[in-house]
Amino acid sequence: MKLFLKYAKMWLKSQLEYRTSFILLSIGQFFVPFFVFIGMYLLFERFDNLAGWRFQEVALLYGSIHMAFSISEALVRGFDSFSSLVVTGDFDRILVRPVSTALQVLGSKFEFTRIGRLIQGSIIFTWAIINLSITWTFLKILCVFLMVIGGIFIMSGLFIIFATMSFWTIQGLEIANIFTDGGREMSQYPLSIYAKSIQKFFTYVVPFAVVNILPLNYLLDKPGYTSWTYAFIPLVGVLFIIPSLLFWNFGVKHYKSTGS
Amino acid sequence: MKWYFTLLKLRLTQGLQYRAAAIAGVATQFFWGAISIMIFATFYGDASEVNGFTKEQMITYIWLQQAFLVFIVLWLRDKELFELIRTGNIAYELCRPLNTYGFWYVKLISSRLSSAILRCIPILLIAVFMPGPYALALPNSAISALLFFLSLILGLIINVAISMFIYISVFITLSPTGSLLLFSVIGEFFSGLILPIPLMPTWLRNFVMILPFRYTGDLPFRIYSGNIVYSDALFGIAIQVIWIGVLLTLGQAAMKKSLKHLTVQGG
Repeated sequence: MKLFLKYAKMWLKSQLEYRTSFILLSIGQFFVPFFVFIGMYLLFERFDNLAGWRFQEVALLYGSIHMAFSISEALVRGFDSFSSLVVTGDFDRILVRPVSTALQVLGSKFEFTRIGRLIQGSIIFTWAIINLSITWTFLKILCVFLMVIGGIFIMSGLFIIFATMSFWTIQGLEIANIFTDGGREMSQYPLSIYAKSIQKFFTYVVPFAVVNILPLNYLLDKPGYTSWTYAFIPLVGVLFIIPSLLFWNFGVKHYKSTGS
Repeated sequence: MKWYFTLLKLRLTQGLQYRAAAIAGVATQFFWGAISIMIFATFYGDASEVNGFTKEQMITYIWLQQAFLVFIVLWLRDKELFELIRTGNIAYELCRPLNTYGFWYVKLISSRLSSAILRCIPILLIAVFMPGPYALALPNSAISALLFFLSLILGLIINVAISMFIYISVFITLSPTGSLLLFSVIGEFFSGLILPIPLMPTWLRNFVMILPFRYTGDLPFRIYSGNIVYSDALFGIAIQVIWIGVLLTLGQAAMKKSLKHLTVQGG
Protein backbone atom coordinates (compact mmCIF):
# COMPACT_ATOMS: atom_id res chain seq x y z
CA MET A 1 0.00 0.00 0.00
CA LYS A 2 2.84 2.33 0.90
CA LEU A 3 4.53 1.57 -2.38
CA PHE A 4 1.28 2.21 -4.25
CA LEU A 5 0.98 5.68 -2.74
CA LYS A 6 4.59 6.39 -3.58
CA TYR A 7 4.01 5.41 -7.21
CA ALA A 8 0.91 7.63 -7.31
CA LYS A 9 2.73 10.60 -5.83
CA MET A 10 5.55 10.22 -8.31
CA TRP A 11 3.19 10.21 -11.29
CA LEU A 12 1.18 13.13 -9.97
CA LYS A 13 4.34 15.19 -9.65
CA SER A 14 5.58 14.25 -13.10
CA GLN A 15 2.24 15.08 -14.76
CA LEU A 16 1.98 18.40 -12.98
CA GLU A 17 5.30 19.38 -14.55
CA TYR A 18 3.42 20.11 -17.78
CA ARG A 19 0.90 22.30 -16.06
CA THR A 20 -0.86 23.89 -19.03
CA SER A 21 -1.22 20.61 -20.85
CA PHE A 22 -2.50 18.99 -17.65
CA ILE A 23 -5.15 21.65 -17.13
CA LEU A 24 -6.23 21.63 -20.78
CA LEU A 25 -6.56 17.86 -20.84
CA SER A 26 -8.54 17.91 -17.59
CA ILE A 27 -10.91 20.50 -19.02
CA GLY A 28 -11.29 18.34 -22.10
CA GLN A 29 -12.05 15.34 -19.91
CA PHE A 30 -14.76 17.44 -18.33
CA PHE A 31 -16.45 18.49 -21.56
CA VAL A 32 -16.30 15.32 -23.65
CA PRO A 33 -18.78 13.41 -21.48
CA PHE A 34 -20.64 16.60 -20.64
CA PHE A 35 -21.97 16.84 -24.19
CA VAL A 36 -23.31 13.32 -23.79
CA PHE A 37 -25.13 14.52 -20.69
CA ILE A 38 -26.58 17.47 -22.59
CA GLY A 39 -27.86 14.99 -25.16
CA MET A 40 -29.49 12.99 -22.37
CA TYR A 41 -31.06 16.13 -20.91
CA LEU A 42 -32.49 17.14 -24.30
CA LEU A 43 -33.97 13.67 -24.74
CA PHE A 44 -35.72 13.85 -21.38
CA GLU A 45 -36.95 17.33 -22.20
CA ARG A 46 -38.49 16.03 -25.40
CA PHE A 47 -39.87 12.71 -24.14
CA ASP A 48 -40.41 13.43 -20.42
CA ASN A 49 -39.56 9.88 -19.29
CA LEU A 50 -37.71 6.76 -20.39
CA ALA A 51 -40.04 3.76 -19.99
CA GLY A 52 -41.17 5.25 -16.66
CA TRP A 53 -37.69 6.25 -15.45
CA ARG A 54 -37.27 9.88 -14.55
CA PHE A 55 -34.38 12.18 -15.43
CA GLN A 56 -33.00 12.37 -11.86
CA GLU A 57 -32.93 8.59 -11.57
CA VAL A 58 -31.01 8.14 -14.81
CA ALA A 59 -28.72 11.05 -13.86
CA LEU A 60 -27.80 9.18 -10.67
CA LEU A 61 -26.71 6.17 -12.75
CA TYR A 62 -24.88 8.48 -15.13
CA GLY A 63 -23.00 10.25 -12.34
CA SER A 64 -22.05 7.11 -10.49
CA ILE A 65 -20.73 5.22 -13.53
CA HIS A 66 -18.71 8.21 -14.71
CA MET A 67 -17.15 8.64 -11.26
CA ALA A 68 -16.32 4.94 -11.14
CA PHE A 69 -14.91 4.95 -14.67
CA SER A 70 -12.73 8.00 -14.17
CA ILE A 71 -11.29 6.79 -10.87
CA SER A 72 -10.48 3.38 -12.24
CA GLU A 73 -9.07 4.80 -15.47
CA ALA A 74 -6.85 7.14 -13.45
CA LEU A 75 -5.53 4.45 -11.12
CA VAL A 76 -5.54 1.31 -13.26
CA ARG A 77 -4.25 2.97 -16.43
CA GLY A 78 -1.09 0.87 -16.13
CA PHE A 79 -3.10 -2.20 -17.11
CA ASP A 80 -4.88 -0.35 -19.90
CA SER A 81 -1.57 0.41 -21.61
CA PHE A 82 0.02 -2.86 -20.50
CA SER A 83 0.36 -4.40 -23.97
CA SER A 84 3.24 -2.04 -24.72
CA LEU A 85 5.22 -3.62 -21.86
CA VAL A 86 4.74 -7.03 -23.47
CA VAL A 87 5.62 -5.80 -26.96
CA THR A 88 8.90 -4.27 -25.85
CA GLY A 89 9.74 -7.14 -23.53
CA ASP A 90 9.98 -4.75 -20.59
CA PHE A 91 7.79 -7.05 -18.57
CA ASP A 92 10.89 -9.21 -17.98
CA ARG A 93 12.28 -6.54 -15.73
CA ILE A 94 9.12 -6.49 -13.65
CA LEU A 95 9.31 -10.24 -13.13
CA VAL A 96 12.71 -10.13 -11.46
CA ARG A 97 11.74 -7.54 -8.85
CA PRO A 98 10.68 -8.76 -5.41
CA VAL A 99 7.28 -7.05 -5.48
CA SER A 100 4.02 -8.46 -6.85
CA THR A 101 3.64 -8.03 -10.62
CA ALA A 102 0.12 -6.62 -10.35
CA LEU A 103 1.30 -3.83 -8.06
CA GLN A 104 4.16 -2.92 -10.37
CA VAL A 105 2.00 -2.79 -13.48
CA LEU A 106 -0.48 -0.71 -11.51
CA GLY A 107 2.33 1.70 -10.69
CA SER A 108 3.61 1.82 -14.26
CA LYS A 109 1.15 4.57 -15.18
CA PHE A 110 -1.39 6.84 -13.55
CA GLU A 111 -3.55 9.26 -15.49
CA PHE A 112 -4.54 12.15 -13.25
CA THR A 113 -6.11 14.22 -16.02
CA ARG A 114 -9.22 12.07 -15.49
CA ILE A 115 -9.98 14.49 -12.67
CA GLY A 116 -12.02 16.45 -15.23
CA ARG A 117 -14.37 13.56 -15.86
CA LEU A 118 -14.49 12.83 -12.13
CA ILE A 119 -15.58 16.38 -11.32
CA GLN A 120 -18.18 16.25 -14.07
CA GLY A 121 -19.53 12.93 -12.75
CA SER A 122 -19.55 14.13 -9.13
CA ILE A 123 -21.51 17.28 -9.95
CA ILE A 124 -24.22 15.31 -11.74
CA PHE A 125 -24.17 12.63 -9.03
CA THR A 126 -24.68 15.23 -6.28
CA TRP A 127 -27.35 17.04 -8.26
CA ALA A 128 -29.23 13.78 -8.76
CA ILE A 129 -29.05 12.84 -5.06
CA ILE A 130 -30.39 16.23 -3.99
CA ASN A 131 -33.24 16.19 -6.48
CA LEU A 132 -34.34 12.57 -6.13
CA SER A 133 -37.51 12.21 -4.11
CA ILE A 134 -36.27 9.46 -1.83
CA THR A 135 -36.67 9.14 1.93
CA TRP A 136 -33.04 8.60 2.80
CA THR A 137 -32.07 6.01 5.38
CA PHE A 138 -28.59 5.10 6.49
CA LEU A 139 -28.64 1.96 4.36
CA LYS A 140 -29.70 3.89 1.28
CA ILE A 141 -26.91 6.42 1.70
CA LEU A 142 -24.46 3.56 2.09
CA CYS A 143 -25.89 1.87 -0.99
CA VAL A 144 -25.34 4.96 -3.17
CA PHE A 145 -21.67 5.12 -2.26
CA LEU A 146 -21.22 1.39 -2.67
CA MET A 147 -22.53 1.81 -6.23
CA VAL A 148 -19.53 3.98 -7.07
CA ILE A 149 -17.09 1.68 -5.29
CA GLY A 150 -18.51 -1.44 -6.94
CA GLY A 151 -18.25 0.30 -10.30
CA ILE A 152 -14.59 1.12 -9.74
CA PHE A 153 -13.80 -2.53 -9.09
CA ILE A 154 -15.77 -3.85 -12.07
CA MET A 155 -14.04 -1.41 -14.43
CA SER A 156 -10.63 -2.19 -12.92
CA GLY A 157 -11.31 -5.91 -13.23
CA LEU A 158 -12.08 -5.43 -16.94
CA PHE A 159 -8.85 -3.51 -17.49
CA ILE A 160 -6.90 -6.30 -15.78
CA ILE A 161 -8.62 -9.05 -17.79
CA PHE A 162 -7.87 -7.40 -21.12
CA ALA A 163 -4.31 -6.64 -20.07
CA THR A 164 -3.87 -10.33 -19.26
CA MET A 165 -5.08 -11.32 -22.71
CA SER A 166 -2.22 -9.40 -24.26
CA PHE A 167 0.12 -12.09 -22.87
CA TRP A 168 -1.25 -14.25 -25.68
CA THR A 169 -2.19 -11.69 -28.30
CA ILE A 170 0.85 -9.42 -27.71
CA GLN A 171 -1.07 -6.54 -29.25
CA GLY A 172 -3.65 -4.61 -27.28
CA LEU A 173 -7.20 -5.69 -27.98
CA GLU A 174 -9.30 -2.99 -29.54
CA ILE A 175 -12.34 -5.13 -28.86
CA ALA A 176 -11.87 -4.42 -25.14
CA ASN A 177 -13.52 -1.06 -25.78
CA ILE A 178 -16.87 -2.80 -26.08
CA PHE A 179 -16.68 -3.77 -22.43
CA THR A 180 -14.97 -0.72 -20.93
CA ASP A 181 -16.19 2.25 -22.98
CA GLY A 182 -19.27 0.36 -24.13
CA GLY A 183 -20.06 -0.79 -20.59
CA ARG A 184 -19.79 2.79 -19.40
CA GLU A 185 -22.07 4.18 -22.12
CA MET A 186 -24.57 1.41 -21.50
CA SER A 187 -24.63 1.80 -17.72
CA GLN A 188 -25.57 5.45 -18.05
CA TYR A 189 -29.10 4.16 -18.54
CA PRO A 190 -31.03 1.53 -16.55
CA LEU A 191 -30.09 -1.89 -17.95
CA SER A 192 -33.76 -2.88 -18.11
CA ILE A 193 -34.22 -0.93 -21.36
CA TYR A 194 -31.89 -3.23 -23.33
CA ALA A 195 -32.52 -6.57 -25.03
CA LYS A 196 -32.77 -9.59 -22.71
CA SER A 197 -29.53 -11.18 -23.92
CA ILE A 198 -27.56 -8.00 -23.23
CA GLN A 199 -29.14 -7.69 -19.79
CA LYS A 200 -28.22 -11.28 -18.93
CA PHE A 201 -24.65 -10.88 -20.13
CA PHE A 202 -24.12 -7.71 -18.09
CA THR A 203 -25.67 -9.29 -15.01
CA TYR A 204 -24.10 -12.73 -14.87
CA VAL A 205 -20.86 -12.41 -16.84
CA VAL A 206 -19.79 -8.79 -16.33
CA PRO A 207 -21.93 -7.75 -13.36
CA PHE A 208 -22.75 -4.14 -14.27
CA ALA A 209 -26.32 -4.75 -13.06
CA VAL A 210 -25.21 -4.78 -9.42
CA VAL A 211 -24.15 -1.14 -9.62
CA ASN A 212 -26.98 -0.17 -11.93
CA ILE A 213 -30.54 -1.44 -12.00
CA LEU A 214 -30.54 -3.56 -8.83
CA PRO A 215 -29.48 -0.86 -6.33
CA LEU A 216 -31.58 1.73 -8.19
CA ASN A 217 -34.67 -0.41 -7.70
CA TYR A 218 -33.80 -0.70 -4.00
CA LEU A 219 -33.30 3.07 -3.61
CA LEU A 220 -36.69 3.73 -5.20
CA ASP A 221 -38.47 1.05 -3.08
CA LYS A 222 -39.63 -0.78 -6.20
CA PRO A 223 -41.75 -3.83 -5.24
CA GLY A 224 -39.62 -6.92 -4.74
CA TYR A 225 -36.52 -4.89 -3.98
CA THR A 226 -37.23 -3.70 -0.45
CA SER A 227 -35.08 -6.24 1.41
CA TRP A 228 -32.09 -4.62 3.16
CA THR A 229 -29.75 -7.10 1.47
CA TYR A 230 -30.10 -5.12 -1.78
CA ALA A 231 -28.24 -2.25 -0.12
CA PHE A 232 -25.12 -4.41 -0.18
CA ILE A 233 -25.54 -5.84 -3.68
CA PRO A 234 -22.97 -3.41 -5.22
CA LEU A 235 -20.35 -5.29 -3.19
CA VAL A 236 -20.68 -8.12 -5.71
CA GLY A 237 -18.91 -5.72 -8.06
CA VAL A 238 -15.97 -5.59 -5.66
CA LEU A 239 -15.76 -9.39 -5.78
CA PHE A 240 -15.34 -9.20 -9.58
CA ILE A 241 -11.73 -8.19 -8.97
CA ILE A 242 -10.91 -11.66 -7.51
CA PRO A 243 -11.36 -13.75 -10.69
CA SER A 244 -9.68 -10.92 -12.63
CA LEU A 245 -6.56 -11.10 -10.47
CA LEU A 246 -6.56 -14.91 -10.57
CA PHE A 247 -6.68 -14.72 -14.37
CA TRP A 248 -3.80 -12.23 -14.24
CA ASN A 249 -1.66 -14.60 -12.17
CA PHE A 250 -2.50 -17.42 -14.57
CA GLY A 251 -1.39 -15.19 -17.45
CA VAL A 252 1.88 -14.24 -15.77
CA LYS A 253 2.73 -17.95 -15.38
CA HIS A 254 2.26 -18.47 -19.10
CA TYR A 255 4.23 -15.42 -20.15
CA LYS A 256 6.80 -15.98 -22.89
CA SER A 257 9.09 -13.06 -23.37
CA THR A 258 9.28 -11.29 -26.71
CA GLY A 259 12.33 -9.31 -25.66
CA SER A 260 15.71 -9.46 -27.29
CA MET B 1 -3.71 14.98 -61.54
CA LYS B 2 -2.32 11.49 -62.06
CA TRP B 3 -0.30 11.59 -58.85
CA TYR B 4 -3.49 12.14 -56.87
CA PHE B 5 -4.78 8.78 -58.03
CA THR B 6 -1.47 7.05 -57.46
CA LEU B 7 -1.41 8.35 -53.90
CA LEU B 8 -5.03 7.33 -53.38
CA LYS B 9 -4.30 3.80 -54.57
CA LEU B 10 -1.21 3.56 -52.36
CA ARG B 11 -3.13 4.65 -49.30
CA LEU B 12 -5.97 2.25 -50.02
CA THR B 13 -3.67 -0.77 -50.16
CA GLN B 14 -1.91 0.46 -47.03
CA GLY B 15 -5.17 0.79 -45.13
CA LEU B 16 -6.34 -2.62 -46.25
CA GLN B 17 -3.36 -4.14 -44.43
CA TYR B 18 -4.91 -3.50 -41.04
CA ARG B 19 -7.67 -6.04 -41.27
CA ALA B 20 -7.62 -7.15 -37.62
CA ALA B 21 -8.08 -3.58 -36.44
CA ALA B 22 -10.96 -3.25 -38.87
CA ILE B 23 -12.71 -6.33 -37.50
CA ALA B 24 -12.39 -5.02 -33.94
CA GLY B 25 -13.68 -1.66 -35.12
CA VAL B 26 -16.67 -3.27 -36.78
CA ALA B 27 -17.57 -5.21 -33.64
CA THR B 28 -17.29 -2.12 -31.45
CA GLN B 29 -19.34 0.04 -33.79
CA PHE B 30 -21.94 -2.65 -34.10
CA PHE B 31 -22.35 -2.89 -30.33
CA TRP B 32 -22.45 0.89 -30.09
CA GLY B 33 -25.15 1.11 -32.75
CA ALA B 34 -27.28 -1.57 -31.11
CA ILE B 35 -27.08 0.12 -27.69
CA SER B 36 -27.95 3.56 -29.12
CA ILE B 37 -30.92 2.17 -31.03
CA MET B 38 -32.29 0.51 -27.90
CA ILE B 39 -31.94 3.73 -25.91
CA PHE B 40 -33.63 5.92 -28.52
CA ALA B 41 -36.29 3.31 -29.27
CA THR B 42 -37.18 3.15 -25.56
CA PHE B 43 -37.47 6.93 -25.49
CA TYR B 44 -39.84 6.77 -28.47
CA GLY B 45 -41.99 4.28 -26.54
CA ASP B 46 -45.32 3.99 -28.32
CA ALA B 47 -44.79 7.11 -30.40
CA SER B 48 -44.18 6.19 -34.03
CA GLU B 49 -42.66 9.52 -34.98
CA VAL B 50 -41.04 12.57 -33.36
CA ASN B 51 -40.66 15.88 -35.24
CA GLY B 52 -41.56 13.97 -38.41
CA PHE B 53 -38.72 11.49 -37.78
CA THR B 54 -40.13 7.97 -37.63
CA LYS B 55 -38.72 5.16 -35.51
CA GLU B 56 -37.65 3.24 -38.64
CA GLN B 57 -35.89 6.33 -39.98
CA MET B 58 -34.14 6.77 -36.62
CA ILE B 59 -32.89 3.16 -36.66
CA THR B 60 -31.64 3.51 -40.23
CA TYR B 61 -29.97 6.81 -39.29
CA ILE B 62 -28.02 5.17 -36.44
CA TRP B 63 -26.87 2.20 -38.53
CA LEU B 64 -25.69 4.47 -41.32
CA GLN B 65 -23.85 6.63 -38.77
CA GLN B 66 -22.00 3.57 -37.52
CA ALA B 67 -21.28 2.23 -41.00
CA PHE B 68 -19.88 5.55 -42.24
CA LEU B 69 -18.47 6.74 -38.91
CA VAL B 70 -15.08 7.56 -40.43
CA PHE B 71 -16.83 10.02 -42.78
CA ILE B 72 -18.25 12.02 -39.87
CA VAL B 73 -15.88 12.01 -36.90
CA LEU B 74 -13.06 14.50 -36.60
CA TRP B 75 -10.93 12.65 -34.06
CA LEU B 76 -9.31 10.42 -36.68
CA ARG B 77 -5.77 11.66 -36.97
CA ASP B 78 -2.80 11.09 -39.15
CA LYS B 79 0.14 10.82 -36.74
CA GLU B 80 2.60 11.16 -39.62
CA LEU B 81 1.46 14.69 -40.44
CA PHE B 82 1.61 15.86 -36.82
CA GLU B 83 5.09 14.41 -36.48
CA LEU B 84 6.18 16.22 -39.66
CA ILE B 85 5.29 19.54 -38.09
CA ARG B 86 6.63 18.75 -34.64
CA THR B 87 9.98 17.35 -35.73
CA GLY B 88 10.68 19.85 -38.46
CA ASN B 89 10.64 17.26 -41.24
CA ILE B 90 8.04 19.50 -42.84
CA ALA B 91 11.01 21.18 -44.52
CA TYR B 92 11.40 18.15 -46.82
CA GLU B 93 7.68 18.10 -47.45
CA LEU B 94 7.85 21.68 -48.73
CA CYS B 95 10.54 20.69 -51.22
CA ARG B 96 8.10 18.46 -53.07
CA PRO B 97 6.90 19.93 -56.35
CA LEU B 98 3.31 19.61 -55.18
CA ASN B 99 0.76 21.82 -53.55
CA THR B 100 1.12 20.89 -49.86
CA TYR B 101 -2.56 21.50 -49.11
CA GLY B 102 -3.64 19.25 -51.97
CA PHE B 103 -1.11 16.59 -51.06
CA TRP B 104 -2.19 16.40 -47.41
CA TYR B 105 -5.83 16.57 -48.41
CA VAL B 106 -5.51 13.52 -50.64
CA LYS B 107 -3.60 11.67 -47.94
CA LEU B 108 -6.36 12.26 -45.41
CA ILE B 109 -9.27 11.56 -47.72
CA SER B 110 -7.78 8.29 -48.94
CA SER B 111 -7.15 6.95 -45.46
CA ARG B 112 -10.77 7.69 -44.57
CA LEU B 113 -11.97 6.06 -47.79
CA SER B 114 -9.96 2.90 -47.23
CA SER B 115 -11.13 2.49 -43.67
CA ALA B 116 -14.77 3.13 -44.67
CA ILE B 117 -14.60 0.57 -47.48
CA LEU B 118 -13.37 -2.03 -44.98
CA ARG B 119 -15.91 -1.24 -42.32
CA CYS B 120 -19.14 -0.21 -44.00
CA ILE B 121 -19.88 -3.41 -45.92
CA PRO B 122 -19.93 -5.81 -42.93
CA ILE B 123 -21.89 -3.35 -40.77
CA LEU B 124 -24.45 -2.66 -43.50
CA LEU B 125 -24.83 -6.36 -44.25
CA ILE B 126 -25.41 -7.38 -40.63
CA ALA B 127 -27.68 -4.39 -40.02
CA VAL B 128 -29.92 -5.28 -42.98
CA PHE B 129 -30.43 -8.79 -41.63
CA MET B 130 -31.11 -7.74 -38.02
CA PRO B 131 -34.36 -9.05 -36.51
CA GLY B 132 -37.49 -7.18 -37.56
CA PRO B 133 -37.73 -3.81 -35.83
CA TYR B 134 -33.96 -3.28 -35.56
CA ALA B 135 -33.16 -3.81 -39.22
CA LEU B 136 -31.60 -1.25 -41.50
CA ALA B 137 -34.21 -0.31 -44.11
CA LEU B 138 -33.36 -0.20 -47.80
CA PRO B 139 -33.17 3.24 -49.45
CA ASN B 140 -36.51 4.94 -49.85
CA SER B 141 -36.27 4.87 -53.64
CA ALA B 142 -33.69 4.62 -56.40
CA ILE B 143 -33.51 8.40 -56.60
CA SER B 144 -32.99 8.62 -52.82
CA ALA B 145 -30.16 6.12 -53.12
CA LEU B 146 -28.52 8.14 -55.86
CA LEU B 147 -28.87 11.45 -53.99
CA PHE B 148 -27.67 9.76 -50.80
CA PHE B 149 -24.53 8.56 -52.50
CA LEU B 150 -23.81 11.97 -53.98
CA SER B 151 -24.31 13.85 -50.71
CA LEU B 152 -22.33 11.23 -48.77
CA ILE B 153 -19.29 11.84 -50.98
CA LEU B 154 -19.73 15.62 -50.78
CA GLY B 155 -20.02 15.19 -46.99
CA LEU B 156 -16.70 13.37 -46.91
CA ILE B 157 -15.11 16.22 -48.84
CA ILE B 158 -16.49 18.69 -46.27
CA ASN B 159 -15.32 16.54 -43.36
CA VAL B 160 -11.73 16.38 -44.63
CA ALA B 161 -11.78 20.11 -45.39
CA ILE B 162 -12.76 20.77 -41.75
CA SER B 163 -10.15 18.40 -40.37
CA MET B 164 -7.46 20.15 -42.44
CA PHE B 165 -7.93 23.09 -40.06
CA ILE B 166 -6.85 20.87 -37.16
CA TYR B 167 -3.55 20.20 -38.92
CA ILE B 168 -3.08 23.84 -39.84
CA SER B 169 -3.68 24.87 -36.21
CA VAL B 170 -0.81 22.63 -35.13
CA PHE B 171 1.55 25.00 -36.96
CA ILE B 172 0.70 27.50 -34.25
CA THR B 173 0.12 25.31 -31.18
CA LEU B 174 2.67 22.55 -32.00
CA SER B 175 0.56 20.08 -30.03
CA PRO B 176 -2.50 18.52 -31.64
CA THR B 177 -4.22 17.56 -28.37
CA GLY B 178 -6.06 20.80 -27.70
CA SER B 179 -7.46 21.52 -31.15
CA LEU B 180 -8.24 17.87 -31.76
CA LEU B 181 -10.29 17.76 -28.59
CA LEU B 182 -12.11 21.00 -29.30
CA PHE B 183 -12.92 20.12 -32.91
CA SER B 184 -14.01 16.59 -32.15
CA VAL B 185 -16.30 17.43 -29.22
CA ILE B 186 -18.02 20.27 -31.04
CA GLY B 187 -18.11 18.44 -34.37
CA GLU B 188 -19.50 15.27 -32.84
CA PHE B 189 -22.35 17.04 -31.12
CA PHE B 190 -23.32 19.27 -34.04
CA SER B 191 -23.16 16.48 -36.60
CA GLY B 192 -25.78 14.53 -34.67
CA LEU B 193 -23.55 11.71 -33.46
CA ILE B 194 -24.57 12.08 -29.82
CA LEU B 195 -28.19 12.98 -30.41
CA PRO B 196 -29.71 12.66 -33.93
CA ILE B 197 -30.41 16.16 -35.18
CA PRO B 198 -34.13 15.56 -35.88
CA LEU B 199 -34.58 14.81 -32.16
CA MET B 200 -33.09 18.14 -31.05
CA PRO B 201 -35.31 21.01 -29.91
CA THR B 202 -36.23 23.53 -32.62
CA TRP B 203 -33.90 26.32 -31.49
CA LEU B 204 -30.93 23.98 -31.51
CA ARG B 205 -31.88 22.52 -34.90
CA ASN B 206 -31.98 26.01 -36.38
CA PHE B 207 -28.54 26.69 -34.97
CA VAL B 208 -27.11 23.43 -36.32
CA MET B 209 -28.35 24.31 -39.81
CA ILE B 210 -25.93 27.22 -40.11
CA LEU B 211 -22.88 25.09 -39.21
CA PRO B 212 -21.10 22.82 -41.70
CA PHE B 213 -21.04 19.72 -39.46
CA ARG B 214 -24.51 18.37 -40.20
CA TYR B 215 -23.74 18.24 -43.92
CA THR B 216 -21.26 15.40 -43.36
CA GLY B 217 -23.66 12.80 -41.97
CA ASP B 218 -27.07 14.06 -41.05
CA LEU B 219 -28.08 15.22 -44.54
CA PRO B 220 -27.13 12.08 -46.51
CA PHE B 221 -28.66 9.73 -43.92
CA ARG B 222 -31.98 11.54 -43.96
CA ILE B 223 -32.02 11.61 -47.75
CA TYR B 224 -31.49 7.84 -47.69
CA SER B 225 -34.52 7.15 -45.53
CA GLY B 226 -36.77 9.64 -47.29
CA ASN B 227 -36.98 11.92 -44.24
CA ILE B 228 -35.96 14.77 -46.54
CA VAL B 229 -37.96 15.26 -49.75
CA TYR B 230 -36.19 15.50 -53.13
CA SER B 231 -36.40 19.27 -53.48
CA ASP B 232 -34.96 19.81 -49.99
CA ALA B 233 -32.31 17.20 -50.71
CA LEU B 234 -31.20 19.06 -53.82
CA PHE B 235 -31.16 22.30 -51.85
CA GLY B 236 -29.02 20.62 -49.17
CA ILE B 237 -26.62 19.34 -51.80
CA ALA B 238 -26.28 22.87 -53.19
CA ILE B 239 -25.36 24.09 -49.70
CA GLN B 240 -22.82 21.28 -49.44
CA VAL B 241 -21.16 22.53 -52.63
CA ILE B 242 -21.05 26.08 -51.23
CA TRP B 243 -19.48 24.85 -47.97
CA ILE B 244 -16.87 22.91 -49.93
CA GLY B 245 -15.95 26.08 -51.82
CA VAL B 246 -15.75 28.17 -48.66
CA LEU B 247 -13.82 25.64 -46.58
CA LEU B 248 -11.31 24.78 -49.30
CA THR B 249 -10.60 28.45 -50.05
CA LEU B 250 -10.21 29.34 -46.38
CA GLY B 251 -8.08 26.27 -45.74
CA GLN B 252 -5.73 26.99 -48.64
CA ALA B 253 -5.35 30.60 -47.51
CA ALA B 254 -4.74 29.63 -43.86
CA MET B 255 -2.17 27.06 -44.92
CA LYS B 256 -0.36 29.50 -47.17
CA LYS B 257 -0.26 32.08 -44.40
CA SER B 258 1.06 29.73 -41.74
CA LEU B 259 3.66 28.29 -44.11
CA LYS B 260 4.94 31.79 -44.75
CA HIS B 261 5.56 32.31 -41.04
CA LEU B 262 6.65 28.74 -40.45
CA THR B 263 9.48 28.10 -38.04
CA VAL B 264 11.06 24.76 -38.79
CA GLN B 265 11.41 22.82 -35.55
CA GLY B 266 14.28 20.69 -34.46
CA GLY B 267 17.85 20.61 -35.50
